[in-house]
Amino acid sequence: MVAGNSLATPALGLIVWTTVIFLIFLFILRKYAWPPILNAIHARNERIRSSLLAAEKAREEMIRLQADNEAILREAREERDKIVREARESGDKIIAISREKAGQEASVIVAKARLAIEREKEAAMMEIRKQVADISVDIASLILRERLTPSREQEKLIENYLKEIDKGMN
Amino acid sequence: MADILLKGRIIYMVLILLAVTICAYSRHPENDNTAGEDEFPVTEFILDHIGDSHEWHILTTPGGHHVSVYLPVILYSRHTGFHLFSSRHISHGHHYKGFSVSAEGPDKGRIVEHTEGYSGNGVYRPLDFSITKIVAAMLVSVIVAMVLFLALARSYLRTGVSEPRGIQGFLEPLVLFVKEDIVIPNVGEHKAEKFLPYLLTVFFFILINNLFGLIPFIPFGANVTGNIAVTFVLAFFTFIVTQISGNRNYWRHIFATPGVPVWLLPVMMVVEFIGIIAKPFALMVRLFANITAGHIIILGLVSVIFIFKTLWVLPGAVVFVLFMYFLELLVAFLQAYVFTLLSALFIGIAVEEHH
Repeated sequence: MVAGNSLATPALGLIVWTTVIFLIFLFILRKYAWPPILNAIHARNERIRSSLLAAEKAREEMIRLQADNEAILREAREERDKIVREARESGDKIIAISREKAGQEASVIVAKARLAIEREKEAAMMEIRKQVADISVDIASLILRERLTPSREQEKLIENYLKEIDKGMN
Repeated sequence: MADILLKGRIIYMVLILLAVTICAYSRHPENDNTAGEDEFPVTEFILDHIGDSHEWHILTTPGGHHVSVYLPVILYSRHTGFHLFSSRHISHGHHYKGFSVSAEGPDKGRIVEHTEGYSGNGVYRPLDFSITKIVAAMLVSVIVAMVLFLALARSYLRTGVSEPRGIQGFLEPLVLFVKEDIVIPNVGEHKAEKFLPYLLTVFFFILINNLFGLIPFIPFGANVTGNIAVTFVLAFFTFIVTQISGNRNYWRHIFATPGVPVWLLPVMMVVEFIGIIAKPFALMVRLFANITAGHIIILGLVSVIFIFKTLWVLPGAVVFVLFMYFLELLVAFLQAYVFTLLSALFIGIAVEEHH
């Protein structure tokens, strides 16, 4: 029972049925199947694309942040170095200044001390001079008193007086 | 691991199918033993399987009893109007209501009406709109495809945007393939939307009928896409879609090809018209010939066993049939691809914008 003995001759009934079946197939798929399927695939493609973009952006952001961090770190390190250097410099300066000041003060003190010594010395000299004068006057008065007495005893007396003066001076 | 399991399963399935095929075919020689005593009627056997039929033959018992599914016969006779009856009534040369299947002559295999008092020898061919084997097989594959795709659509609607799973994982790459590798490159991104539903439908219609045609038992195994009427309709749809969507440039190219001298235009018009017809004609013949050839080769290789009547050729035949089955599996995809690709190409030419 071969309907259509020639393979190359299309049968009319089959043409009609194929047309009907295909059109129904096309209609139903076009209405109910393709839109949701294509939309879902499209939506997923979009999501994948946007996700990839977001990931790429995040990666770039991270790289940027890392670079930022490094920059900040480098800056901080430089800042630290600077501060340390400055501190050292100012310390050195302070030391230098204080040393200078101390030197100056020391010289002032020395000068003052020298002045005081000088003054003391002068005062002492004046005192000595005054005492020598007093002693001279005393001796002279004593001598004047002894002239009236024998010479032997006078000499002895002068000697005594001198001894007295010596004692008094000490 | 899963891969090996799947491969094993496929090979197992093919072997089972093959076993069924051979069992089914092995009873066939007693069926139409027209050529010689013990001669195996290869040509009839093959043509019987690749052609259309009013009944769906399943097997013939060793006692010569036929097991078939009888399909409805729908006829329109100019003389007696519409008729609807089971093909059981006209099987094996029976006459029913004046109808019978012609056994020989130019109408061999077709239903003829025997009328008295009309012209000729009283044999008239009514219009035959029967649900034949091919129509039934086509209905089965279309229903399966619709169930698949509606389920797919529903799963997308339900799960929304998610990773493909289950049936999605198998069908989605094909849909994407048609969309991104066939339609968009040929029709263009912004026009693809318009033609995608038609081209997707054509692709899956051909693919599922090709694949079901390879399964050798009822309700599959009919040579649907290897029938010229079916491929004619498909090619005709592509032809119609192409002509309807053809823009000004397309028609100008046909009626007034740019850069052609005026006196040559009539010739060019004829050439272009031939081109318009030749394109879908090539589509029609390519699909028909490829699928039919595949069926013929497989059936021929199976026939080898019965021609030689020895078990010694069995391993060789089985190996070759197995090989052909894998090849036909490839061809099933390839021809669906080629048909859709060329349809997209023709439509793409018709809607192309010239700058």
